[in-house]
Amino acid sequence: MQQLVSFIEKNKYVLLFLFLEFLAFSLTFQSKSYHKSQLVNSTNAVTGFFFKNYNAFFALSSLKIENDRLQSENTYLRNVLDVKSEEIPLVKIDSNLQKNHYIAAKVIRNNYTHRNNILTLDKGRKDGLRTDMGVVNGESIIGIVNNVSENYATVLSVLHSQSKINIRLKNSFYLGSLAWNGKDYKTAQVHDLQRQAPLSIGDSVVSGGKSALFPEEILIGTVLSFDAGPKKYDNIQIELATDMSNIGHVYVIKNLDKTEREQLEIDP
Amino acid sequence: MNRTTLLLSFRFGILVLLQVLVLNNLNFLGHLNPNLYLLFVFLYPLKDRDTYFLWTAFFLGICIDFFSNSGGINAAACVSIAFVRLRLLKLILNRKDLDLKLFQLRSESLASILLYVSILTFMHHFILFALEYYNWKYLDVILQKTLFTGLFTIVLSVLSIYLFGRKKTFNY
Repeated sequence: MQQLVSFIEKNKYVLLFLFLEFLAFSLTFQSKSYHKSQLVNSTNAVTGFFFKNYNAFFALSSLKIENDRLQSENTYLRNVLDVKSEEIPLVKIDSNLQKNHYIAAKVIRNNYTHRNNILTLDKGRKDGLRTDMGVVNGESIIGIVNNVSENYATVLSVLHSQSKINIRLKNSFYLGSLAWNGKDYKTAQVHDLQRQAPLSIGDSVVSGGKSALFPEEILIGTVLSFDAGPKKYDNIQIELATDMSNIGHVYVIKNLDKTEREQLEIDP
Repeated sequence: MNRTTLLLSFRFGILVLLQVLVLNNLNFLGHLNPNLYLLFVFLYPLKDRDTYFLWTAFFLGICIDFFSNSGGINAAACVSIAFVRLRLLKLILNRKDLDLKLFQLRSESLASILLYVSILTFMHHFILFALEYYNWKYLDVILQKTLFTGLFTIVLSVLSIYLFGRKKTFNY
């Protein structure tokens, strides 16, 4: 016992160094696991406060792009409404038919230059956000909520090594999954697409709707290039539909059927 | 709380906020964000086997991690360079009787400051990016990022040491 105490006393400095490194490494590996929420994250009051105020101060510079984006989204929605305006009076709209509820939020901290990019939103649990909700903007898919505090939330961006998003080709119904190799924030990669799927450059890729996170048919991007091997496609590069370096307002999707659907899928 | 502690806390706060609010958003030439907050480690008063310094370096790193959602990668890298700092400085200056209390980085030669800052920066950045990518498949990206971000950090750090480092003798 005496020896142990004197050993600790003698090597206090090195032991503390090892202890702190162990702590930092554990936090790092803990954050790399998708299924656990991160211990060190920016949803706390201090980081949220700074990001929110900093963002409020500099938001003016991106206002023009944001306005253009909102207007083009409005135009699209108006056109969709116009097509349907004749059938709407015929169909009794039942609120039970609504599958998704959208919650507006703002990205107060964007990241796109790291291997694992995480965004911070200015909405949290009190606004109805929960973990594992999909996040989209007017153009495309942004990511999945992974940490929620009372007032803030973080989003696992599409540009994250753990993010795997279910996709399908717009023209046919072949499914695949979207991942990011960490190189260019404008392009992502599609894996697990069957060889018999018809694929050509310029094809649109949309969300698959196989997971409960995102509704079907949200545009994700267009095919830039691919290698057609004898058994499967390799190296399918997708140009992302939205500019991940400039994201302002987003919508968080609350799937109203999610619990029902998950229960069905767990015990058939 | 004496004057040194006050000065260090002030420097700590300013550097963390500068890093997370300004420098992490810089994206110079597309993706370069210098880690100027390392200046805190470079300039921290010297003391032999300073356990307090290791804790401070850990908290400095973890503060940056909180803002960048990066787990503990900055903390791990900071503690490592804090651990080797004094040994490296003694090696570079090649002085056995280094007066730790009166030491001033600013009054050393440019070559030794550059060497000291460069070795610590590259070491920090390599650990940082290796943990971020955590896959030897990405070794080329890790080395490339270490080199370019590192050079950016070194230039800014050396300039800041000359601009803000105290020249007059100041009793820490």
